[in-house]
Amino acid sequence: MIQLEKFVLSNGLRVVVHEDPSTPMAVVNVMYDVGAKDENPSKTGFAHLFEHLMFGGSINIEDFETPLQMAGGENNAYTSNDLTNYYVQLPAENLETAFWLESDRMLSLAFSEKSLDVQRKVVCEEFKEHYINKPYGDVWFHMRELCYKVHPYQWMTIGKELSHIETATLQDVKSFFFKHYRPVNAILVVAGNVKTVEVRRLAEKWFGTIESGEKYQRAIPAEPKQTEARFKEVNADVPLDAFYKCWHMDQRLSKGYFAADLITEILGGGGSSRLYQSLVKEQKLFSNIDCFHFGTVEPGLVTIEGKLVKGVSLDKAHQAVNEIVEKLVQDGISEKELVKVKNKTESALAFEDMSVMARANSLAFYELLGDAALFNSDRDQYFAITADDMLNYSRQIFDTNNSNTLYYKSTQN
Amino acid sequence: MSLDRKIAPDIKEPIDFKISLPLIQKATLKNGVDVYYLDMGTEEAVQISWMFYAGSWNEEKKSQAGATNFMLKNGTSEKSAFEINEFFEYYGAYLNRTCYTETADLTLHTLNKHVSVLLPEVSKLIMDSVFPEDELALFKQNSLQRLKVNLTKSDFVAGRLIDALVYGEEHPYGRYNNAEDYTALTREDLVQFYEKHYKQGYCAIFLAGKLPKGILEELDLHFGSLPFKNHKGYKASRIFKPTPAEQKKHWIVNDEKGVQAAIRIARPFPDRTNPDFQPALLLNTLFGGFFGSRLMANIREEKGYTYGIYSYIQNHLGETAWMVSTEAGRDVAEATIEEVYKEMKLLCEEPVDDEELLTTKNYMIGSILGDLDGAFQIMARWRNLLLNNLDEQYFYTSLQTIKTASPEYLMQLANKYLKPEAFHELVVI
Repeated sequence: MIQLEKFVLSNGLRVVVHEDPSTPMAVVNVMYDVGAKDENPSKTGFAHLFEHLMFGGSINIEDFETPLQMAGGENNAYTSNDLTNYYVQLPAENLETAFWLESDRMLSLAFSEKSLDVQRKVVCEEFKEHYINKPYGDVWFHMRELCYKVHPYQWMTIGKELSHIETATLQDVKSFFFKHYRPVNAILVVAGNVKTVEVRRLAEKWFGTIESGEKYQRAIPAEPKQTEARFKEVNADVPLDAFYKCWHMDQRLSKGYFAADLITEILGGGGSSRLYQSLVKEQKLFSNIDCFHFGTVEPGLVTIEGKLVKGVSLDKAHQAVNEIVEKLVQDGISEKELVKVKNKTESALAFEDMSVMARANSLAFYELLGDAALFNSDRDQYFAITADDMLNYSRQIFDTNNSNTLYYKSTQN
Repeated sequence: MSLDRKIAPDIKEPIDFKISLPLIQKATLKNGVDVYYLDMGTEEAVQISWMFYAGSWNEEKKSQAGATNFMLKNGTSEKSAFEINEFFEYYGAYLNRTCYTETADLTLHTLNKHVSVLLPEVSKLIMDSVFPEDELALFKQNSLQRLKVNLTKSDFVAGRLIDALVYGEEHPYGRYNNAEDYTALTREDLVQFYEKHYKQGYCAIFLAGKLPKGILEELDLHFGSLPFKNHKGYKASRIFKPTPAEQKKHWIVNDEKGVQAAIRIARPFPDRTNPDFQPALLLNTLFGGFFGSRLMANIREEKGYTYGIYSYIQNHLGETAWMVSTEAGRDVAEATIEEVYKEMKLLCEEPVDDEELLTTKNYMIGSILGDLDGAFQIMARWRNLLLNNLDEQYFYTSLQTIKTASPEYLMQLANKYLKPEAFHELVVI
């Protein structure tokens, strides 16, 4: 259990405080309830591009970075399909500097044409570095479109194509800001060597007078239940064939989410997992294989992916994967495996919680899901999952009609 | 009273902070092996590293050290690779292997309640690994496949070539593995290396976290009678001298269709005992060491040529290199290189202004304070000091250097090192 306190400012900004006197540092984490899923399908990649622009100067402060560095602080940000998160870590003595900086960019950006111009280029280079100039870099463009026919998880946060980023205008930037970056759509978490009374005073002082804004009402169409297996083959100039298969799973707050998380551990977590032991070690079909899910707020994907040993056919590899999955669906898991994945989960959480930055980030995410206090109760759900639950959810997830298979074929053969 | 948002709140300048490096303690096992430990934290969990001088420096055949280290978990006379993995994973523990140039580690992360059952198994991995032939065959096959994929990435190719240019391909810092090096590896190579550098190797143990009661006694019980030698007795049996390439500029097209260029610009730099080392870390931060650096401000934030550009001094025990690294648009690769040299020139010709220097200093001190947050991070810093035969005094001197370095001094330093003609320049597309 960690200590936390919550309050809401009159403009609707939710504030969470977590005191940890054992560190000399403070973390100020601002999470906005907007991600790539809120984008217009013809202007994808915008939430992420916008994140870059948040560093291009705000209405009263020309330069975000320098005053923060002067105070001994560091910061960064990330955008996912669900949310956008900004975090600052600095010596606790200089906490107010972070309030000053973060509140000004919530008040209003400078909206500079120059900053937009440069960041468009920077993001295009990021796009090239990670998705064009890398072997297998475009896999998830294909796979997401295969899995999601309606839901905006069908595109990645970087965007569908370079042109969407290249054509973004300053007007787009302004309207996005005033629609999403308002106190009523934001969560402020302050953690570390801080006192709640002081945080409350600073929050009122710096954020209290910012106009509330309108609560963003999300109206995203649910992905209809998939009713038949889907398949796609892509040919690419890569050295090895690769195999990808995805199944839809439950949303973040449901019991099925926790079961799916443990199922991915059984199948793909570490050297004693089923897929690795059978397909890499015994059958020698794959040189590596992983099983994971995306941890999304709305219904996400369980994924199995791996690269094939040269000479093995994709059909043969696919069949072998199916056999492992089929065995799980037929026989379920042993008590020993269940204890193992729960021990692993307990340990992973303990190590994650060591960092005050990670705690601040999790608190913001839980508040986004509904309540920061979920931090202390949500994980109990892992330990309530039974072997029967695992069997039932395996059957639900690994239904053939719920599957999406991608063969990524090397043209170098 | 209305709020003037144009005025920054008062700060306490990090350069005025009094930072102290928490001291670690040392215990010595019966066999003379030192255990360095730090009892700190609130989570009931520990990190234990067994460090051996078993890095690539000591290998007689390329890839020998890395393969031996990797295969420590792949079979003992009692347990198969699967059983070993299953055992550690059952208790939710992480057992990682890492091979560096001089040293190689086994590192255990575990909740305290499981540590007693895990320690005897770790000792078996270090004393009783058997390196099964079929496991080695798999390791070779999978390493070859991974290499094949990596060789299509310009950043991977550039990363290994630049080291070879700076140190020479024979030097352990410049050496890299090709397909034939994996192919040539035999079980006997691994067994020999293991016998010499692990079973009878020079060892130190690093222990950090909220220490469970009796942990030192348990370490003595399981590791105190093994034939390890104290790490301080280690002397490299082979001396390598760097042989930098004579041709300084290389332009390689690895992928005709590549849309980006991996750029590496590097020069040799002395080791940590050289008096220029610490001030150079400050100059480096200013040049390309953080988001607010000259390189980042100009080449990313002003020109938009790249997603990121950094400079750094490599962390080696011996002589090292000062490196600039970026992935830039193919059509702006030459312009990027030109700007890097311009920034070097600027540092050589104009003293940095006081405000910028103060910002950099405060940033660095704040960052050191943040780095000292937590037992594992503090132990990592100590390990670096110990392996370099340094102590906390070095840490305090480095803080003092950051606090007191003047613009004129940094300009002198730039003139000594940031000379384009001293740099190797590599572009891989």
